[in-house]
Amino acid sequence: MRTDPVEGAPGFHPASAPDYLPRAQLGDLQLRRLKAIVKRAYDRVPLLRERMTAHGLDPSAVQQLADLGKLPFTVKADLRDAYPFGLFASPMEEIVRLHASSGTTGKPIVVAYTAGDLEVWKSAMVRTLACCGLHAGDVVQNAFGYGLFTGGLGAHYGAEALGATVIPISGGNTERQLMVMKDFGVTALCCTPSYFLHLLERAREEKVDLGKLRAGVFGAEPWSDAMRRHIEAEGGIKAYDIYGLSEITGPGVASECAAQDGLHVFEDHFYPEIIDPETGAVLPDGAEGELVLTTLSKQAMPMIRYRTRDLTTLETAPCPCGRTIRRIRRIGRRSDDMFIVRGVNVFPSQIETAILAVEGVLPHYQIVLTRERGLDEVEVRIEVTPEAFGDTVSALEGLREALARSIEHVLGIRVKVHLVEPRSLARSEGKAKRVLDQRQI
Amino acid sequence: MKLTQLSLFLENRPGQLRVPCEVLGKAGVDMLTLSLADTREFGILRLLVREPARARAALEAAGCVVKETEVLGVEVPDRPGGLGEVLAGFDRAGVGIEYSYALASGSRDGRAVLVFRVADPDGAARRLLEAGVKVLTREEVLGG
Repeated sequence: MRTDPVEGAPGFHPASAPDYLPRAQLGDLQLRRLKAIVKRAYDRVPLLRERMTAHGLDPSAVQQLADLGKLPFTVKADLRDAYPFGLFASPMEEIVRLHASSGTTGKPIVVAYTAGDLEVWKSAMVRTLACCGLHAGDVVQNAFGYGLFTGGLGAHYGAEALGATVIPISGGNTERQLMVMKDFGVTALCCTPSYFLHLLERAREEKVDLGKLRAGVFGAEPWSDAMRRHIEAEGGIKAYDIYGLSEITGPGVASECAAQDGLHVFEDHFYPEIIDPETGAVLPDGAEGELVLTTLSKQAMPMIRYRTRDLTTLETAPCPCGRTIRRIRRIGRRSDDMFIVRGVNVFPSQIETAILAVEGVLPHYQIVLTRERGLDEVEVRIEVTPEAFGDTVSALEGLREALARSIEHVLGIRVKVHLVEPRSLARSEGKAKRVLDQRQI
Repeated sequence: MKLTQLSLFLENRPGQLRVPCEVLGKAGVDMLTLSLADTREFGILRLLVREPARARAALEAAGCVVKETEVLGVEVPDRPGGLGEVLAGFDRAGVGIEYSYALASGSRDGRAVLVFRVADPDGAARRLLEAGVKVLTREEVLGG
């Protein structure tokens, strides 16, 4: 196993050097940065100072990395309450960029960057793309949305700094995406995994060759291992999962490497903890819980112990790629994505895995929750594909029964399965909306 | 001896049959007959058309799920007991029937045409002919 970066080897980018720091050296760097950022937050952000004071704490409470666990959490509602600029730690004249979430569930959240923050973000995205095996000379089609959403610009600047050729196509316009992919010799594509499925489907219908495409850099929504296998088999590419969130920086918080076995967290900038989502207690490495992130270098808007709602585990076992930074397990589940039906905790990714276990069915599906006479019902709508379509009623009944059994096997509860016509479920160019909760409670 | 039948998946809700028929109309494809199998939730539309390849392309371009199936066209005497005699031939030939429907063009010279879906259509056609069942060629079914 390689334990040092091989400089000059294909694919190695100098920005990736921190990925390979000896653990002790990384720990020293993290502690130095943590002390500075906690002090900055305390000195400059009234909310964070009040929270610490209420717990009888000040920056001197942080003497080692484990002391981070004493500090109060920050949650998404804090960002909404502080709308628009209440959590900023830099004066407006030092802030060079603002991004915001879509705000579909109320006020958007606003995030800020100094020039230095943008440099850190860019280098984190270079490390992400290098992790996915991209290098100078790659032609990168960036189908993440540009604008207030962090995905588009984050991937854009990272790919440019890597030395790749960037096509800033943004999301949407599937016909043009396919034309560009083929005609421009695109080797790597950035988008959500569900949008790539849609591209694949259209490419097959229009008989468009994906050309030189070899890698997909997929993020912004949870997806299952089964969906990855399907994408890789159908698309003839390697599909990498990347992770990030606007509150922390945007994409570039963590990325899979060639081993595709967990996502390396760029933990010299983003410090990960795993907590019990119920009690808030810090869990040991290897235990599943909610990911909590602290920005170690962000100047404009430091985040101290931000609760991501994403469920995962921290892996400390050495990775074959040689990187020393820790990994999080692929996130297929969010604590706020989970729904409870008849007392059973259910995640959409579990249903996705069950559908894919039945041969020939693409995971275009939707979960509809209803309540009839006080009893919750789950209905899963699944589009029928030409491969799965048998010519007889008994074959279709058999398919539906196989899907229902597969889902029941995974969830332990019986659900209604409805076979629907192709393209009858809404397609998304961004994050797929998997669950329609129509329960009147 | 085989005919190419197109099968379409339809959701069982109002208006679903109209779409494929309009698609074929626009493409100028002539439908010989159709049959609907339905359950509470979905249906299967089975079609015999003059130009199956062109019909399939038009339907798929419109987003339909289409499957091609090979079926047999069989001549049936159009009088009481006629179908019973033909089915006795199926029994002698040892050929089971998955489903059947009539050709819409009706009876010609006292003879009707029924469409049968059977396992192994090539072997079944051979055995049926030996058992005295008149399996029609594509031209005999489609022709004037």
